[in-house]
Amino acid sequence: MNDFVEAFKFIGRNGVNQPGDPTLVHLTLKHLEVSGAAMAVACLIALPIGVWLGHLHRGSFVAINIANIGRALPELAVIAIGVAFIGLGFWNVLVALVILAVPPMLTTAYVAVAGVDPDVVDAARGMGMRERDILRSVELPLALPIAFAGIRIAAVFVVATATITSLAGYSGTLGDIIANQASYRLPGVLGAAICVAALALTVDAAFALLQRRLTPRGLRLEERRLPQAGLAMPVAE
Amino acid sequence: MRENRLFCFDWVRRNWSGVLEPALGQHVVLTLIAVGIGFAIAMTLALAAYRLSWLERPIGVGSAILYTIPSLALFQILVPFFGLTLTTAEVALVSYTLLILFRNILTGLREVPTEVRDTARGMGMTRRQSLWRVELPLALPAIMAGLRIATVTVISLGTVAAFVSGQGLGRPIFDAIGENVFKTELIAAGGLAIMLAIVTDVLLVGLQRLLTPWARAR
Repeated sequence: MNDFVEAFKFIGRNGVNQPGDPTLVHLTLKHLEVSGAAMAVACLIALPIGVWLGHLHRGSFVAINIANIGRALPELAVIAIGVAFIGLGFWNVLVALVILAVPPMLTTAYVAVAGVDPDVVDAARGMGMRERDILRSVELPLALPIAFAGIRIAAVFVVATATITSLAGYSGTLGDIIANQASYRLPGVLGAAICVAALALTVDAAFALLQRRLTPRGLRLEERRLPQAGLAMPVAE
Repeated sequence: MRENRLFCFDWVRRNWSGVLEPALGQHVVLTLIAVGIGFAIAMTLALAAYRLSWLERPIGVGSAILYTIPSLALFQILVPFFGLTLTTAEVALVSYTLLILFRNILTGLREVPTEVRDTARGMGMTRRQSLWRVELPLALPAIMAGLRIATVTVISLGTVAAFVSGQGLGRPIFDAIGENVFKTELIAAGGLAIMLAIVTDVLLVGLQRLLTPWARAR
């Protein structure tokens, strides 16, 4: 238990900005920076494809199985192979994180849009709405809560995986401290681990809040049926 | 210093039985233990929550928090308790299976149609008989799906576990990074980990089909 007391003292000492030393604040910001960059790229790739395929109700086999393949990719192995091909550094980390973040987002986006009640879409079409408008004002708002659950899963996953990149030699996340017990000793390592855990839980909670905000009011009554806390698609078959 | 080409088959051949094969074996054992224990715990929790529905929320939230904590952080937080051992790795890996298995088992049981349950009772089955002979078999597709996700997750995170236990396919990856980024070993060990995960996934899909022939007809 004494280790944990020391760990919190470490957090207290290093929580403020000091010149020179990489403080916890500095590393947390860098951590969020690389995670955010990866999420932005992954969103740009995954969401348009998932939404478009879902709108057309096409390619379900690919769209659904890509998540299964993605889940079967061990993070460390992806990073390791990336190191071998691209070398150490920001780009390797970014590519690895994007590869890992795209599958869950693409699949949930697909499932969300394809799962919109066909009667509602037919009604919209019957009212004379154009395809583009059906997508924008009917399917997207109805699909948003579920699609957002995928983004949330990916965000937590990316924050967690960014930690591991330090083990592959990339410097610039909270994992740096965890991977360097020789310099920081157990209290430092533990302190950083506690910060990483807190960061992941905060990101998850922030996205949960955002997800609720973005849910159209009419759908909030059904909230209980929506996928909850960070889990890659429960009961997938 | 040895030549660091992208991939050297000769190295793999020479080090298969000394480095890669033991790491692969350790990884399989690591996974089997974690999934076995995780399944036993999750099944107990799910059956409890199936009977007493107020248990679902606390168990769900608790396992979701465990699931959200990044693996490397959880491994390290457990080190003061269990040291740099296999136990630390297994405790963390088990805790990652709980949310997936618990939720899938419970959802599978809940989705058994009420009429089927009523029929079983009406035929004179006790609650226990109905659970074991009717409800659990009907929940099998969801349970198997959960088992599949949990197993693949454990294989993935098991590579990171080598950081605290020094065993499994993560070991050669960390060694290779320590040795001036030895590419052949990185690709060989990383590739093995990916192959292990994909092969296991495919095998579990096969097992799922075998165990639930009625689900195929749908």
